[in-house]
Amino acid sequence: MSTNDAYYIPNKAVWPIIGTAGLLITLIGFANHLNGNSIGPTLMIMGLIIFIIMFAGWFTLQANESEAGMYNHGVGISYRMGMMWFIFSEIMFFAVFFGTLWYTRNLSMDWLGGIGDGPGRSTEMLWPNFEAVWPTNGPGNVGGDFEEMGAFGLPFINTLLLLSSGVTCTWAHHGLLAKNRDQLIKGLIATVSLGFLFVACQAFEYYEAYHEMGLTLGSGVYGSTFFMLTGFHGFHVCVGAIILSVVLFRSWKGHFTPENHFAFEGAAWYWHFVDVVWLGLFIFVYII
Amino acid sequence: MSAVTAEHDDHHDHGPAKGILRWIVTTNHKDIGTLYLVFALTMFFVGGSMALIIRAELFEPGMQFVDPQFFNSMTTMHALVMVFGAVMPAFVGLANWMIPMMIGAPDMALPRMNNMSFWMLVAGILLLASTLFMEGGAPAAGWTLYPPLVLQTGTALPFAIFSVHLLGISSIMGAINIIATIFNMRAPAMTLMKMPLFVWTWLITAFLLIAIMPVFAGAVTMLLTDRFFDTSFFDAAGGGDPVLYQHIFWFFGHPEVYVMILPTFGVASTIIPVFARKPLFGYASMVYATAAIAFLSFIVWAHHMFTVGMPIAGELYFMYATMLIAIPTGVKIFNWTATMWKGSMTFEAPMLFSIAFVVLFTLGGFTGLMMAIAPVDFQYHDTYFIVAHFHYTLVPASIFILMAAGYYWLPKWTGNMYDERLAQLHFWLSAISVNILFFPQHFLGLAGMPRRIPDYAVQFADWNMISSIGAFIYGPSQLIFVYIVYKTIKGGTGEKVTDEVWEGASKHGLEWTLPSPPPYHTFTTPPEKVPTEHF
Repeated sequence: MSTNDAYYIPNKAVWPIIGTAGLLITLIGFANHLNGNSIGPTLMIMGLIIFIIMFAGWFTLQANESEAGMYNHGVGISYRMGMMWFIFSEIMFFAVFFGTLWYTRNLSMDWLGGIGDGPGRSTEMLWPNFEAVWPTNGPGNVGGDFEEMGAFGLPFINTLLLLSSGVTCTWAHHGLLAKNRDQLIKGLIATVSLGFLFVACQAFEYYEAYHEMGLTLGSGVYGSTFFMLTGFHGFHVCVGAIILSVVLFRSWKGHFTPENHFAFEGAAWYWHFVDVVWLGLFIFVYII
Repeated sequence: MSAVTAEHDDHHDHGPAKGILRWIVTTNHKDIGTLYLVFALTMFFVGGSMALIIRAELFEPGMQFVDPQFFNSMTTMHALVMVFGAVMPAFVGLANWMIPMMIGAPDMALPRMNNMSFWMLVAGILLLASTLFMEGGAPAAGWTLYPPLVLQTGTALPFAIFSVHLLGISSIMGAINIIATIFNMRAPAMTLMKMPLFVWTWLITAFLLIAIMPVFAGAVTMLLTDRFFDTSFFDAAGGGDPVLYQHIFWFFGHPEVYVMILPTFGVASTIIPVFARKPLFGYASMVYATAAIAFLSFIVWAHHMFTVGMPIAGELYFMYATMLIAIPTGVKIFNWTATMWKGSMTFEAPMLFSIAFVVLFTLGGFTGLMMAIAPVDFQYHDTYFIVAHFHYTLVPASIFILMAAGYYWLPKWTGNMYDERLAQLHFWLSAISVNILFFPQHFLGLAGMPRRIPDYAVQFADWNMISSIGAFIYGPSQLIFVYIVYKTIKGGTGEKVTDEVWEGASKHGLEWTLPSPPPYHTFTTPPEKVPTEHF
């Protein structure tokens, strides 16, 4: 029985328990930190180190097994399904924050402004001077005065950066399929660089927001939704760029064939997902 | 096998690792299934003890045993432990054990991730349980964790939130695995519309899980940032809205209760035909009804919020949409009844629990229909009527079916027969006491007794006392189940069971064509033929 006609069932797995322990320690550390215990950061760093070791170990194992030809077509399909539904769960996670933005702007804004108030006009009693227009930090002027983030400065450049990184990623994929390793590696280098450039621009944007515009996470619901949406997205860009870096490293080592390159495909799907989320952000957070 | 392949077998030899390590590093679906089931049963008693503390305090009016804060912690933790620690893991355990064996697969599609999802569950429950010992006590705002109340939790809050994150990751990984297994690992002859209903219901449940767990994670993340990072998502002063949390929570919460009931339907649809010795009535309609219920579960969430304040159009929409659920659910109830009609029924423990499920779940469904009517719900909201309703849909439904599943498959898993006489005793004690426990709560709620209170007006004393007596019969009688399981694993009645175990069962499911107990690895080559008698 050659390995390639049987579905590969690993015999045991040591990384899952290590990863779980790492994540658990990180979260215990984070919770302690939030509660003001000085042990928090130490635990967080310890946990994160374990977590990173787990990722390195687990992915090395998978890459070696893949290169050894232990994964047949069926295993590849399972991995693709896994990635697909993982991305779907991520879409639902972002949907919560997009939904929050929609609800806040279209429903609670009106209600705070008195639309739908019956006789008695509670709004006039509670906050007579409040004007319910977006962007807002609420009747309490929470976080103080701030400027709205415009769409056509850095955010527009960021849009171009991410969109072109999607193109270079596809170009790399074509290189992989055409057995043109040079094109694959160049495409991936471009993609990863554009990704990190995006993150750098966003860091600069955040710096400006905090230091010049008075816009912070605490700037009422506008600041909350703005930073939560763009922040989680930026985090995902970082993760995607790191995944693509690993794929780049593996391409450079000579991994992947036109038939067998799930790691590349998974990373590319993830990257396009991050792209699409950004388009949503650009439209609903920045432009509208 | 030749010498060359034997060498290769070092990579995937066919026995488990030795000692305790076997259970920590295992990737075997049967081992992981067992881990889940044992963990769930343990948590069932942890959560059950909390329920008994609640019922002890409510035995008579006045404050007896615990202070109100701890009482509220108990209602909160009881719910969280039972939902995330007992019922969901128990069904995931059954899925792990049975889905590969039912569809003719060698294992789950992603075995390493399978291991991780179990340990993430343990980590999540550990974090949750640790909050009991913290300054300010465990979360006490109810399992729904509504702001602003929940933001008053003490040091426990971030731990509870992170435990939700871990439980979410665990569920998502488990669900992804189940979807990949069902779509990718079926024996070629096992087409989708030949799958046992348990597999179908779990497939649909898995989609629900992937769609809702990230939503809950997002909601609690906003609680975390509202408390620790100055955001204003749920604070009107900053332009936010606490009601938004309720919308997000119930967008998760309503499908979540179906996560606990759809696999229940699946097990019932698997057991009833075997003991009625008839094919399942209306197989295809069962599949479509399950899908319909799953779809509807996403568009009815605000029926949990009729009294919160909603535009009248919202009240009406959510009222009518909710009532629609009665249609596919009714299809299922009638199908089970029609399956039993003129069947040659026998009443072993799995069948008894299943029949009790059909009857008592219908009751829980009817009270649900009552509450779906918005103006009527204004009366019931936050009363013991609600408590009675959802406990009828969970205890004599999900829990009874889990017991049925235990008795049904235990002989297959262990190769030994359980003690039928003790099982019958377990059933009758459970079936009678569960009604003593929960039925009076309907009267209490209709009379106006609010839920989540440690003390109450004297006019509620009688029914509360009866309810508590029921609780103290129901709880301890579940220990009989533990004893039966233990005894069965240790050899049971001494009678060795056949492969088929139940008369004619091999016509209903692939698992009954395997030896009892099944070898460590099963269906390493897919079966040629699949049973077609179950529909």
